[in-house]
Amino acid sequence: MATEPLTEQAGLQGPAAWEQEAEREHVHGLGPWRLGLRRLRRNRVAIGFGVLFVLLVLSCLAAPLWAKHVAHTTPTENHLSDTIKLDGKTTNVVGLDGVPIGPTYQGEFFLGADPNGRDIMVRLLYGGRNSLMIGVVAALMTTILSVVLGVIAGYFRGWPDLTIRSLLDIMWSFPVLILGVALGVALALGGLQLGPITIGGDSLLIPIFIIGLVYVPYMARPVRGQVLALREKEFVEAARAQGAGPLRIMFSEVVPNLASTILVFFTLLIANAVLLESALSFLGAGVRPPNPSWGTMIDEGVDRIATAPHLTIVPGLMLVLTVLSLNVFGDGVRDALDPRAKVRLEH
Amino acid sequence: MGRFIVRRVIQMVLVMFAVSVLTFLIFNVIPNSDPAVRMSGRQASESTIEAIREEWGFNDSLPQQYITTMEKVITGDLKSQFTQLSVGKEIVKGLPRTFSLAIGAALLWMFVAICFGLYSAVKAGKFADRFLTIIALIGISMPVFWIGALANYYLGFKLGWFPNGGYVEFTEDPIDWFYHLILPWTVLAILFIGFYSRVLRSNVLDTINEDYVRTARAKGLGERQIMIRHVLRNSMIPIVTLWGLDFGAVLGGGAILTETVFDLQGVGQYTAEAIGQLDVPPVLAVTMFSAFFIVLLNAVVDILYAYLDPRIRLQ
Amino acid sequence: MADALLSVEDLRVSFATEEGVVEAVDGVSFDLAAGEVLAVVGESGSGKSVTAMTLMGLTRSPNARFEGTAQYKGTELIGASEDELRRVRGAEIAMIFQDPMTSLNPVQRIGKQIVEQIQEHEGLPDQQARERTVELLERVGIPRARERVDNYPHEFSGGMRQRVMIALALSCNPSVLIADEPTTALDVTIQAQILQRMRDLREETGAAVILVTHDLGVVADIADRIAVMYAGRIVEEGTLDQIFYDPQHPYTWGLLGSITRVDKPRPARLPAIAGLPPSLANRPQGCHFRPRCPHEFSECSKVPPLEAHVQGNPEHRDRCWLSVDEKLAKREVLPGEIGLASKEHAPA
Ligand SMILES: Nc1ncnc2c1ncn2[C@@H]1O[C@H](COP(=O)(O)OP(=O)(O)OP(=O)(O)O)[C@@H](O)[C@H]1O
Ligand SMILES: [Mg+2]
Repeated sequence: MATEPLTEQAGLQGPAAWEQEAEREHVHGLGPWRLGLRRLRRNRVAIGFGVLFVLLVLSCLAAPLWAKHVAHTTPTENHLSDTIKLDGKTTNVVGLDGVPIGPTYQGEFFLGADPNGRDIMVRLLYGGRNSLMIGVVAALMTTILSVVLGVIAGYFRGWPDLTIRSLLDIMWSFPVLILGVALGVALALGGLQLGPITIGGDSLLIPIFIIGLVYVPYMARPVRGQVLALREKEFVEAARAQGAGPLRIMFSEVVPNLASTILVFFTLLIANAVLLESALSFLGAGVRPPNPSWGTMIDEGVDRIATAPHLTIVPGLMLVLTVLSLNVFGDGVRDALDPRAKVRLEH
Repeated sequence: MGRFIVRRVIQMVLVMFAVSVLTFLIFNVIPNSDPAVRMSGRQASESTIEAIREEWGFNDSLPQQYITTMEKVITGDLKSQFTQLSVGKEIVKGLPRTFSLAIGAALLWMFVAICFGLYSAVKAGKFADRFLTIIALIGISMPVFWIGALANYYLGFKLGWFPNGGYVEFTEDPIDWFYHLILPWTVLAILFIGFYSRVLRSNVLDTINEDYVRTARAKGLGERQIMIRHVLRNSMIPIVTLWGLDFGAVLGGGAILTETVFDLQGVGQYTAEAIGQLDVPPVLAVTMFSAFFIVLLNAVVDILYAYLDPRIRLQ
Repeated sequence: MADALLSVEDLRVSFATEEGVVEAVDGVSFDLAAGEVLAVVGESGSGKSVTAMTLMGLTRSPNARFEGTAQYKGTELIGASEDELRRVRGAEIAMIFQDPMTSLNPVQRIGKQIVEQIQEHEGLPDQQARERTVELLERVGIPRARERVDNYPHEFSGGMRQRVMIALALSCNPSVLIADEPTTALDVTIQAQILQRMRDLREETGAAVILVTHDLGVVADIADRIAVMYAGRIVEEGTLDQIFYDPQHPYTWGLLGSITRVDKPRPARLPAIAGLPPSLANRPQGCHFRPRCPHEFSECSKVPPLEAHVQGNPEHRDRCWLSVDEKLAKREVLPGEIGLASKEHAPA
């Protein structure tokens, strides 16, 4: 259930609406994008969280550097019988009772170890790479599929529309998490054969494929609605009158006008994809161990919450920060591009 | 109204059929491996696999396979490959628990979301609105299982304010039932509160600018009457649809994570355990039933919607 | 006018927008006597609606600022508390809006919407309020009113809905009725019916009316006085005859020229007003009409006051630096060429 929020987007107003607004406000010839950027810049909170997201991504990208030069280990290397010097005392990484060490706040085991003696900080950064990679690529897949389906349905109407719409409605009938889980269980053994490409059951591509697929109805529907409205616009009529073919019109007239919707959706989709990944991995239907991801790390931690709560808290916090930064930033972008942004201006 | 209902019911049946076909495809056709092997679970012997192949008719044509599968699902003949218990019976056993969780959480999230959303919209742009917006965004950014595990450990185990997971039958002790469910309800509701209050806020803000609200104001009505009779009622219409769908989803096993974390032993936890074992039949049944459930509730909500909004009935 | 029912003095409404401060209403003053019909005419965006809404406290924007006064029977309306305004709204001053399609709550029966107002102000029991509602609906010309009161707005045509709005507005016998373009959204024959109905009702109820419109043609049969607005200011104000037969402001000339007359061809010399209304945030200094005015001269960079210029007509005021004689020479509208068919030979 971690993943409903996308339906909110159904209320997203298209560029048509904000263009009107921009026309009205556009005394000094500001385009809608410039206007949006100006509004966004004023939203310090959104900008702040946007920057936070970039920092999180950069630190995850730097995972190998930290692992090699600071922690001197790898994400999957066990240190069950190792010791570490803490305040001059020698301490076991994993105690004799099986309780791993907590945060040391020094290079090695900065955030402590897990029961296998693996460095949490290193796993966190590597896990973040996996989580973020899955999130971004899945969001990209959803976006591309949705735009293609939405544009075809909205532009051609008639039977392509009917087919696509029915398909989306059927997918829409499944709770996102259940659909994800079903695909996860079905594909776990044996993987997937897509034409000439074979994907193994524990490949990272499986969760990407699943997550990228289940969100398509949530985005394709509003896109289709907007295309329906766009195709009646003068500039599309004009292009058609000049003899432009459907493909040409779709790519040069329709898709650019979807840009703001796509942008906002993409941001929020990454957030939702990261959340869904964690839920699937937690259930054992997503990223497969020993590959770390924030979801699998929480899953491993929850069982030991009483003795080593940092195993649960740390990856969860990273996850919340990432998703929150994307949600706040996406919200800000939407407000900035939405003419109905009800902001109070000082007189 | 009668015609509307009949049409809606026919449509519902068609969608259910399509849903069952899609579920069948997901489990038996799309994956790149022998369905009999998958159906048998991990480390199954050669003879088990052969028996499964025979039982499910995996050598037959696809339509025949579909019919066999549906027969099993509908007659309750489905068995967990792991425990050999009847899937149907297990689901029915879990339903009261899942229902207890769903109904309480749904009422809670609706109520709180209406308060938050309305207040946020009335104070749009002010500090209170920004604050609630951030709170709502935090709510939708937290993985349920994570916040649930922390709440269960800290509030339940460490501080002892709440029971540390588990479930008590309502008929056994209503107060204990309530006590055991407070944390699960709250945790499950958090995400939805965040989401619903955002939707309601934006609906209210749109409705406030409607001409008929201006008319209501020009009539000399008080702010409270305007808000409740004219703004809230109109803003609630889309929310009711959503609520029906989400309630259906939670009831149909969508609360997998919450149930697992709080050990409620409902349909969701049953599913979660099956997932952990890659035990296909329970997952298949839950997937299909939850989608059926949503389709059903969707139809109910549409009919309710037509009742709330007289314009719909005419179409 | 000492006996004015409603007296507006130097009303200013400005909005802070992303592009700077917009003076939507820029010093509007007028008086309204009991039972009188005042037409407020002007192009789109000239601030008519904002003026009308502000009088009822319906300009609700966190970015709006109000100055000036508006006294209704001695009560100040601008900056009044919500409670004071509620007593006035609906009971003393009622309003009809431009778009009857969206001005009624789509999910409430129309009867209920009218009853709601009656009960708010007069606290009548349900049955009586309902009876009054049926009567009102009959009076505005809705057939089978007794059955129709339980219908939803979508079951009415546009014209019928506007009648419902009129019934709603009249339900508590207001002294002032503000009609903001009540017929703009309707087609021509329905427009005529609605206006006719409003005229009859005015006779019956004696309510003063402020009729907001962008079409001078609409007001010819019904208005006592006319105020012409341009870019937030009243540029000319006078009786119906004064405006139609002796218009003083070049903008009024243009407006008169754009009336569609069915019975007469348009005078060839009269071009429609060229150019666009100025953008609100950066209006020209001085006379706002300057950039579009063919008669602009150096004086026009100063703001012209709203003053009487025509000898013997103190209530005929305009904002133009040209002298009365110059205007007479430059005016392309000749008396009788434009205006009311029935009064073609009235003196200029
Ligand atoms: N809430 C607001 N915020 C900013 N500007 C506003 C607001 N309300 C009105 N305006 C501006 O004030 C100006 C006057 O608007 P108004 O609605 O009074 O014009 P109007 O004369 O009634 O035109 P129309 O014939 O189109 O109804 C418009 O340009 C509008 O953009
Ligand atoms: Mg207007």
